[in-house]
Amino acid sequence: MPASPAPFLRIEGVSKNFGTFQAVRDVSLTIDRGEIFALLGGSGCGKTTLLRMLAGFEDPSAGRIFLDGQDMTGVPPWERPVHMMFQSYALFPHMTVEKNVGYGLKHDAMSAAERADRVRAMLDLVQLAPFAQRKPHQISGGQRQRVALARALARQPKLLLLDEPLAALDKKLREQTQFELMSIQERTGVTFIVVTHDQEEAMTLADRIAVMDRGQVQQIGPPAEVYEHPATRFVANFLGSITQFPATVTAVSGPRARLTVPAFGTEVETIALPGLAPGESLTLGLRPEKVALHRDRPDGPNVISGEVKDLAYFGKDSLYRITLPGGSLMAVHAVNARRDGEARPDWYDRVWLSFEPASAILLRD
Amino acid sequence: MKRRPWFLFTTLVFGFAFFYVPILSMIVYSFNESRLATVWGGFSTKWYVSLLSNRQVGAALMLSLQIAVISASVATILGTMAGIALARYTRFKGRLLFSGLVTAPLVMPEVITGISALMLFILMADWIGWPGQRGFTTITLAHITFSMVFVTTIVQARMMQADRAIEEAAMDLGSRPWQVLWDITLPTIFPAILSGWLLAFTISLDDVVITSFTTGPGNTTLPLLIWSKVKLGVTPDINALATLTVLVVGTGVVIAGILLNRAEARRIRDERMAYRSHD
Repeated sequence: MPASPAPFLRIEGVSKNFGTFQAVRDVSLTIDRGEIFALLGGSGCGKTTLLRMLAGFEDPSAGRIFLDGQDMTGVPPWERPVHMMFQSYALFPHMTVEKNVGYGLKHDAMSAAERADRVRAMLDLVQLAPFAQRKPHQISGGQRQRVALARALARQPKLLLLDEPLAALDKKLREQTQFELMSIQERTGVTFIVVTHDQEEAMTLADRIAVMDRGQVQQIGPPAEVYEHPATRFVANFLGSITQFPATVTAVSGPRARLTVPAFGTEVETIALPGLAPGESLTLGLRPEKVALHRDRPDGPNVISGEVKDLAYFGKDSLYRITLPGGSLMAVHAVNARRDGEARPDWYDRVWLSFEPASAILLRD
Repeated sequence: MKRRPWFLFTTLVFGFAFFYVPILSMIVYSFNESRLATVWGGFSTKWYVSLLSNRQVGAALMLSLQIAVISASVATILGTMAGIALARYTRFKGRLLFSGLVTAPLVMPEVITGISALMLFILMADWIGWPGQRGFTTITLAHITFSMVFVTTIVQARMMQADRAIEEAAMDLGSRPWQVLWDITLPTIFPAILSGWLLAFTISLDDVVITSFTTGPGNTTLPLLIWSKVKLGVTPDINALATLTVLVVGTGVVIAGILLNRAEARRIRDERMAYRSHD
């Protein structure tokens, strides 16, 4: 195995206090060159503060940031090879699209011709060449977003920070822009850090996600890992939906564990966590799409009876809320694979639920 | 027919009448043929013609314009600096005191401002021998100090609404703070600066009180000339002169207002577009 190179970006024990409020608490993480990394969390989780420290607009109260081996402490924003795409885009209203994109280049040693070439290449990259002479208020929201991107990329930064890059776009444009962003990242090879509160945006864009809550990183990993193997109850709740039940371990045998779940009125089988012992209390979580819905009692482990309390029909699929023997509710997502309504359970129908042992998520408190 | 809100209507009419009947009557009587200011003797523009050939009036007008241009320009530079500082550096020591000190002259009686300026000039002349004689320089200095407040207030208000992110964006793209000020901040608040200048200009142009405290022999500005002439009785040529002054000052104020309004409308539109689909 080759010696792993020093990480491209290293955040080392970074905290930020505003008076008595701690916006970011002891965050440490590393990001590789060419990666798309997402900082995901609700408002006030510290993700934007962390981003602003990377850009140099805020100084960490503690900890250090290394970019490409260089300590960034005390380096002002205008000397960092880090550019940012602002949430409001922050285009200069008195300059044309072309002037906006070329603004940063005046600080680089290059001839006027080179500068013009670079601006043209950037405008081509974001397909805005015909709009070069327009002012920001004369173009659409999606076009403004692309001007902001081209402007931030023009000086060929080592690191590009994107603050809620798609938040101001409407839904249709958002999907299209998502793929455009990814293809531009691939072509330029610039490392992207995306701050977002939108889990779908983070999951589709990013190679890895850091989920943040109250200033702390809760979990870091690829989208599928964070979704399927959430490390904390917060992460499990924040990404996708999940129904959580208190459970107690009754037996552990090798990789399997048996638990009693009062809400289910029965014992269930799951994959054991490392170091799990009988008698331990924990939380069992099930995502709606991991539970199968049956009209007749199926064979196999982990079968629970229930009654349909609520259902929402979306066309391609339906969301059910099932009353369990213990009285609590579980959300179940069912794909409507058949056209005949007979196959679909209706209100107050008696149904059976089942799930694979590997599908349950065990969470220690 | 819809019932008229007669009370509001009456108030409106009386309000406007109080403001504008005196000015209108002055304008009408400036076209009076008669030498007696209060007796109508037929329409004539002869007083305007005689104004044009009046050396004294010409010199006073030139002096007033010079003072107004210089004091408005200096007041705009200083006032813009103070306005930016007050809007941007919200946490420096003594900010409250400073902003109070900057805006106090707005409510200070002009007589007080005039006397204090005069006192300062006399004391300075005693101690350091300057200004030896009061006149152009002292009037200009006094005008700068009290018209600067208006520029500060306008610029500060505009800066409060400005989007901080565009300055950060410029800094992020490699510009040092002074470059950001020059490239981004000043161009975006330019309409406010311009209307501040116009306001300072008109205030300086029609000031009597402070000017009369700080002037010296042989330095008669246009308002001072009018004032001294009126003391001997209102004549139609004074009416003509005052009418022209109203015209110039009015134009300045209207242009300043339009600039501010237009900039405000543009800002609202830009903001709405930037946050169009925000929820």
